[in-house]
Amino acid sequence: MSINLTLLIVMGALYACGIYLILERSLTRVLLGLMLLANATNLLILATGGYAGLAPLYSKDIAAQDYNDPLPQALILTSIVISFAVTAFMLGIIYRTWVLARQDEIQDDIEDRRVAETPSFDAEDDAEIPAETSEFPVATVMAGGREMSAESAAAEEKPGSKNVAPGPEGGGK
Amino acid sequence: MNIASFAPLAVVLPILGAALTFLLIRHSRAQRAVSIALLSLTLLLECFLLASVWDGGTAAVTIGGWLPPWGIVMVVDQFSSLMLVVSSAVSLAVLVYATGQGMADGDQDAPVSIFHPTYLILVAGVSNAFLSGDLFNLYVGFEILLTASYVLMTLGGTGPRIRAGVTYVVVSVVSSVLFLISIAMVYGATGTVNMADLAIKLGELDQGTKTLLHVMLLVAFGIKAAVFPLSFWLPDSYPTAPAPVTAVFAGLLTKVGVYAMVRTETLLFPGDTLNTPLMVAALLTMVVGILGALAQNDIKRLLSFTLVSHIGYMVFGLAMSSTAGLGAAVFYVAHHITIQTSLFLVTGLIERRGGSSSVDRLGGLAKLSPLLALLFFVPAMNLAGIPPFSGFLGKVGLMQAGIELGTPLAYALVIGGVVTSLLTLLAIARVWNRAFWRSPSDAEHPDPVLLAPPLAAVAGPGAKRNTVTLLPRTMVGSTLGLVVLGVALTVFAGPLFTVSDQAAEDMLDRSSYIQAVLGEDTTVPMVLTSGGGK
Repeated sequence: MSINLTLLIVMGALYACGIYLILERSLTRVLLGLMLLANATNLLILATGGYAGLAPLYSKDIAAQDYNDPLPQALILTSIVISFAVTAFMLGIIYRTWVLARQDEIQDDIEDRRVAETPSFDAEDDAEIPAETSEFPVATVMAGGREMSAESAAAEEKPGSKNVAPGPEGGGK
Repeated sequence: MNIASFAPLAVVLPILGAALTFLLIRHSRAQRAVSIALLSLTLLLECFLLASVWDGGTAAVTIGGWLPPWGIVMVVDQFSSLMLVVSSAVSLAVLVYATGQGMADGDQDAPVSIFHPTYLILVAGVSNAFLSGDLFNLYVGFEILLTASYVLMTLGGTGPRIRAGVTYVVVSVVSSVLFLISIAMVYGATGTVNMADLAIKLGELDQGTKTLLHVMLLVAFGIKAAVFPLSFWLPDSYPTAPAPVTAVFAGLLTKVGVYAMVRTETLLFPGDTLNTPLMVAALLTMVVGILGALAQNDIKRLLSFTLVSHIGYMVFGLAMSSTAGLGAAVFYVAHHITIQTSLFLVTGLIERRGGSSSVDRLGGLAKLSPLLALLFFVPAMNLAGIPPFSGFLGKVGLMQAGIELGTPLAYALVIGGVVTSLLTLLAIARVWNRAFWRSPSDAEHPDPVLLAPPLAAVAGPGAKRNTVTLLPRTMVGSTLGLVVLGVALTVFAGPLFTVSDQAAEDMLDRSSYIQAVLGEDTTVPMVLTSGGGK
């Protein structure tokens, strides 16, 4: 089966332009890109039907292999109708974007940005909880004129503790 | 006459309903009655279809007098009819919910009056995709449901919805173009688009062409099914739509993509050529999806991420291409449609009662509305896979199949599945603790609705009416119905697992499908697998 080179090149050019355009941020260009992609695909389907010059209609003295395959054309027709509907809808959306935001551009998802900027620390999940290790309430004693927990007071009283009661002249060192 | 010959009615009835409701656009009461009646009728028909193939077997209906492989066929087998019944039951519940919402908010002739026709077209598209035995008709089914979903997604045309709608439309159109390109290539290579005929003819192609077509179809369906890394669009676009719309999208649309992937993997390209990439994709979908869910504060966004994550389980089951794995995946699809939809419906109720769907603003809902708490708790635990719910049973089925397979990658997926299940529980527990358990005053920015004195304390005739508007009975009722359906899937898990295993066996065997479409005397080519796995 021979292939129509012109059709193939046109198809390639349409795909290239289409892909370039849908990567743009402007909505109208994205729409144009989608239309080009749809039409390039239509050409691709057309290419599967056989080369140009084959008989489209039944005639008595044409051999069976000399007919053009009609099914791809039916498929193209369906896909044209579908892309027509989608294009109309897209135009509606683009107009609506223009009315609402006065700009023809794809807008960012605000919530997405907010989540991305949220610090990993979460006040409710990660805040330090005051830990109560003892089974009993912590007892406090008065020692050296200040209030301290019984546990640390006991530690200071232990032999070897550097906390030697200072003399009136200021002992220690 | 066989009941299966009425299968096209599953598509025709919703379209008829769409036409009627469009004519009745000024009479909202008649519109509601017509759409609910026709959808119930469709559900009834599909129950009969399921009953006719409950014990196995496949029925094919040729349409328009053209015999296959030229004409369009619709195929009813266990998988497609099970999907039809579950999807219609879910869409009926969502329709009742949406009607309740519409009645409560009093939309006389707002743009919302196009909701009913569009919704019914969506249902018709979903049914068409499930029934189609023809690749191009599958494309048309996809386009019907997508075009309807564009309209539903941007309903009302507010700023955030238009913004989300643009992403959604562009991504969907690109995936459709990819699908169409693959159809053109498949047709160029084989000269047919009939799926049964393709099952035979694709096997005769050389390996390189076959892999190219296989990958293209999987990518096109992967975008629709939201398989990582093609899932980026979903959490961005779903949460902004109205609650019932998000619910039905989350339940059905991704599953249609999964359904198409299952058909591609089993019928068109049997064997295990792409099982390893699919398994890796499944693992990443599960883990990345659920990690995304943990970062979210908005319940709708969180649920969208869990939706992506749980698609991974289905792809996992599919990628094993064993009867046990595929059977568990079929069961999981049925379970997940119901559960994910009911969770989104409950979120809609939370938003009505609590004034927001952000966990930063919610609190104390368990005390304010114990029924709402129950409605959230049951499907949430089901989603996380807590025994004895169907989510647990489906996951156990997948784990068993994975361990049976015994490859290192399968074990990695089993571990990934368990971790994902635990992280789902964590994400859900976070919502539960914040929105339901803590007192409203503990919230960072509590919604004023929650801090208002209890309605009983406000004396006066207005008090009772106020509660009714916050949680209309139809909305709560339809949500309750879906939650009960989810629990029923647990209760009847035994027979359901039998059917889904049998469906998996039939799909992997292929002869039932191919012979039903092309005639009893068609010889079905053997499936060649490269590995030694059974």
